[in-house]
Amino acid sequence: MMDQPSMLELVAAVRAFIEERAMPELKGHTAFHARVAANALGIVVRELEQGPKAQGEEIQRLTALLGRDGTLDELNRELCRRIRSGDITLETPGLADHLERTTRDKVAIDQPKYSGLK
Amino acid sequence: MTPDFAGNLKNALEKALSGLSTLEKLNRLSGGASQETWAFDAIVNGERLPLILRRSPGGAPRVIGEGSAAVALATEALAIEAARKTGVKAPRVHYVLKPEDGVGEGYVMQRMVGETIARKILRDAEFDAVRTDLARQCGEVLARIHQVDVASLKDHLPVVDGAAQLRQYRDRYDSYDYPHPMFELAFKWLEPRLAASRQRTLVHGDFRHGNILISPEGVEAALDWELVHIGDPLEDIGWICTNSWRFGQRDKVVGGFGDLKDLLAGYEAAGGAKLAIDDVRTWIVYGSLKWGVMCMGMYQGFRMDGSVERAAIGRRSSETEIDLVNLIIRGEI
Repeated sequence: MMDQPSMLELVAAVRAFIEERAMPELKGHTAFHARVAANALGIVVRELEQGPKAQGEEIQRLTALLGRDGTLDELNRELCRRIRSGDITLETPGLADHLERTTRDKVAIDQPKYSGLK
Repeated sequence: MTPDFAGNLKNALEKALSGLSTLEKLNRLSGGASQETWAFDAIVNGERLPLILRRSPGGAPRVIGEGSAAVALATEALAIEAARKTGVKAPRVHYVLKPEDGVGEGYVMQRMVGETIARKILRDAEFDAVRTDLARQCGEVLARIHQVDVASLKDHLPVVDGAAQLRQYRDRYDSYDYPHPMFELAFKWLEPRLAASRQRTLVHGDFRHGNILISPEGVEAALDWELVHIGDPLEDIGWICTNSWRFGQRDKVVGGFGDLKDLLAGYEAAGGAKLAIDDVRTWIVYGSLKWGVMCMGMYQGFRMDGSVERAAIGRRSSETEIDLVNLIIRGEI
């Protein structure tokens, strides 16, 4: 067991430091990149918070859809192969639902304000 | 500091601009190692002529991105001039550089006044009045581009039709070797639809915010013709309607400023064909998939240079996946 602070607290502290302390001191391109860096840490925070549940549900849906076990990477690669071969299509029960849920969960982590999510 | 090519540039321009006395305020605007853009003024018969130089130093072939379909700068100039003859608003090309000029490969064009930054065009008060008419005007510009007689350009421009486009991005996606089931579905969905694409016209290839010069009076010019080719005109329509270019204004399908029906009305009024919404949707799907694969490419760039900006764009491929869900699964635009 790691000591305190937690990973989430560490990342949040670094993000706050960039946004509240470092950015006001920066100019031009460096200030822009600091904003991008702070946003990237936002992705890390959300993935730490939401990722485990989202990926747990993703693997359950993939297992049901493909009828086999495997890692998230293995199952996603198999789903890709079977969509490409035409074995699984939009008419296959569960595919549309799986793709929509998985994608919504990803965007909620990567870019929760994205217009496509509304 | 005056760049080393300034004297050669002046000598070359004397052939095109009679009465040229000096070049002033030559300064670099942007560009990477293989492609530069410079702004300067030419003093011609006492008048100040605002100009742009686009060049690749030493005539080195330009590298715009992995698997880029960019044409040579001289070809770009040729396409712009052909388009201008058909009434397309684009900067006038004054001079195409020759090897003996000693300035590199490239051309000198008119420097026009206007804005290209989406955030300003979509939000600033000075564009409030014109904003609602921009979709129609974009339709007009595209209709004229698509009516350019390609006979004189045939030997210079690549023909990249729907099927070829899809193959190109499929290969790129495959080379990244990372599973995106939603992209797989989009490739599968597009295959028969793009294989059916038959039209062959001049295509701008990158008509979206950043490359459309807009003033409070309206659309001033189509810029950055480096991806110009012969292909399906719907490619240009789909690209400006791709959600990635709406900058959060999803209900304003055209560039975040206008409605599709207005773009299509402007297109038809300027002599363009009557287009079906479903065909436009097909090419919006292609636009989202293309940008999604380009975001994957940013991750490859990040692995080379460690840029935090490229890393962040890598994570934006999921945005295009939700756009593809909305388009293909939900049937929205």
